[in-house]
Amino acid sequence: METILSVNKLTKKFGYLTAVKDLSFNIEKGNVYGILGPNGSGKSTTLGIVLNVVNSSGGEFSWFGGTLSTHKALKKVGAIIERPNFYPYLTAIENLKLVCKIKEVSEDKIEEKLELVGLLDRKNSKFRTFSLGMKQRLAIASALLNDPSILILDEPTNGLDPQGIHQIREIIKKIAGQGTTILLASHLLDEVEKVCSHVIILRQGEKLYSGPVDGMLRSHGFFELKSADNKNLVSYLGQHASFGSIKQENGLVTAFLKEELEAPTLNQDLFNNGIILSHLVKRKESLEEQFLSLTNHTNH
Amino acid sequence: MLRLLQIEFIKLWNNNASKVLILAYFALILCMALIAAIKFDIGPIQFHVAEQGIFNFPYIWHLNTWIAGGLKLFLAIIIVSMMANEYSNKTLKQNLIDGLSKKEFIASKFLTVLVFSVFSTIFVFVVSLVLGLLYSDYTEISIVLSDLEYLLAYLVKLIGFFSFCLFLGILVKRSAFALGFLILWFAMENLGIRFLVWWLAGKEASVSVMKFLPLESMSNLIKEPVTRFKAVQSMAQQVGEEFTKDYAVHFYELLVVGCWTGIFVYLSYVLLKIRDL
Repeated sequence: METILSVNKLTKKFGYLTAVKDLSFNIEKGNVYGILGPNGSGKSTTLGIVLNVVNSSGGEFSWFGGTLSTHKALKKVGAIIERPNFYPYLTAIENLKLVCKIKEVSEDKIEEKLELVGLLDRKNSKFRTFSLGMKQRLAIASALLNDPSILILDEPTNGLDPQGIHQIREIIKKIAGQGTTILLASHLLDEVEKVCSHVIILRQGEKLYSGPVDGMLRSHGFFELKSADNKNLVSYLGQHASFGSIKQENGLVTAFLKEELEAPTLNQDLFNNGIILSHLVKRKESLEEQFLSLTNHTNH
Repeated sequence: MLRLLQIEFIKLWNNNASKVLILAYFALILCMALIAAIKFDIGPIQFHVAEQGIFNFPYIWHLNTWIAGGLKLFLAIIIVSMMANEYSNKTLKQNLIDGLSKKEFIASKFLTVLVFSVFSTIFVFVVSLVLGLLYSDYTEISIVLSDLEYLLAYLVKLIGFFSFCLFLGILVKRSAFALGFLILWFAMENLGIRFLVWWLAGKEASVSVMKFLPLESMSNLIKEPVTRFKAVQSMAQQVGEEFTKDYAVHFYELLVVGCWTGIFVYLSYVLLKIRDL
């Protein structure tokens, strides 16, 4: 597999504050990555470093196996950081022409990309007349001008209205569907869950997890159970070797698994022991629950 | 190199404010020709500026480069704001993310400064040549082409001054404050350092220190030409004064300004490099 970006022991200090601490990860071609973390966990700083706008205090990173200098590599990257930054007095098309000049690509694709983000009819309007959602879409068009090997998006839906968020997500899905590698930094988990195959989780500048979304927790999921006799159910589950913690809320018993256990087996077991269920669901934690449990468990 | 200039051209030329200022600057240089039209006709006193010999070759090179030098403040506004706007629009960050290197960024700005300076010098040359050919008492080629070092001094002066503006734009990041800083710096050189050294080490030391300060060395490249003008000199002689001043452009003065240019461009690069955006 081709490595697009490799980060090794990256550190960034702002005075006494360590924003990024010994961070290492690899971005492989073809995957969609999410960088997750609460506000101030070092997501934007990390992206700033690999994008040549923030100086690192230690560690290194290399693009495309280190064969290109950073600014040459960035010509093959499309990136949007926090807010769309363009020249307010230039029209959409003039701004994109400027980006083409910087990236040294031809200007043929400008119309195509504007079409993709739905801005073709506003191509001759000045950037300052755009709404935030339109600015963000223009930024995506600009990032795609060079048909990048990797698209980096930092909080792309921040500050947008629901319609804008929806439009941006549709665009991201469309791009991901074309096989482009994407690195998406966000604190909105459902956003990441919907599109990402891999996640990197940061907390206070440190990596808590990196790998496939499915393998985030060594969790076997949990059961949601209901029975006419919940007391009996809870005491039985408490003795069962497969279960860890058991919670009871609004008449719903939630039992977390310590080892693999199939729903039919449990159902049969309980029936044999005289407990009859009115409700049985086996679930995996959502990304949000996994994320919260990861970031909370390691709370110092 | 052409690519870097094209990038800067798109940024500048599509901005109405810069476009107006650039055009105004070159129009003002052209307006120097209007001096020729100054005529006083008050009864017995008839005075036509153009016929007083101020447009004589080679004196005209000195006079016109000196007058045009005063107009550089117009372009300074553009240069400071083209730098500071990159910060306030955060487009500097976007440019770097898009794959412009920090070196290329500084180079594109410096090349723009070079182009402005060269254009301005050519413009002053052409305007002066035409004025001179119209009004000069001497139009022999050898006289016309003498003292052209004033044009070289003008070019070096502009490049030096604009590099300083470039540096201030990066340092201060806000155009209005950067221009304020420029004025502050001017005051510091002329009031602060001049009199401090005078007070500490005497007048002669002060004069020689001043020669090496950035703004002073730039303005020293082309000394004021007014006292060199024959009419003024004869007037001075009548009141018993005599000007014995060295009006020439010296090589070491060009070198000092050249050094400052290098220092400012390099410092701009260093600032850009060490700063987080």
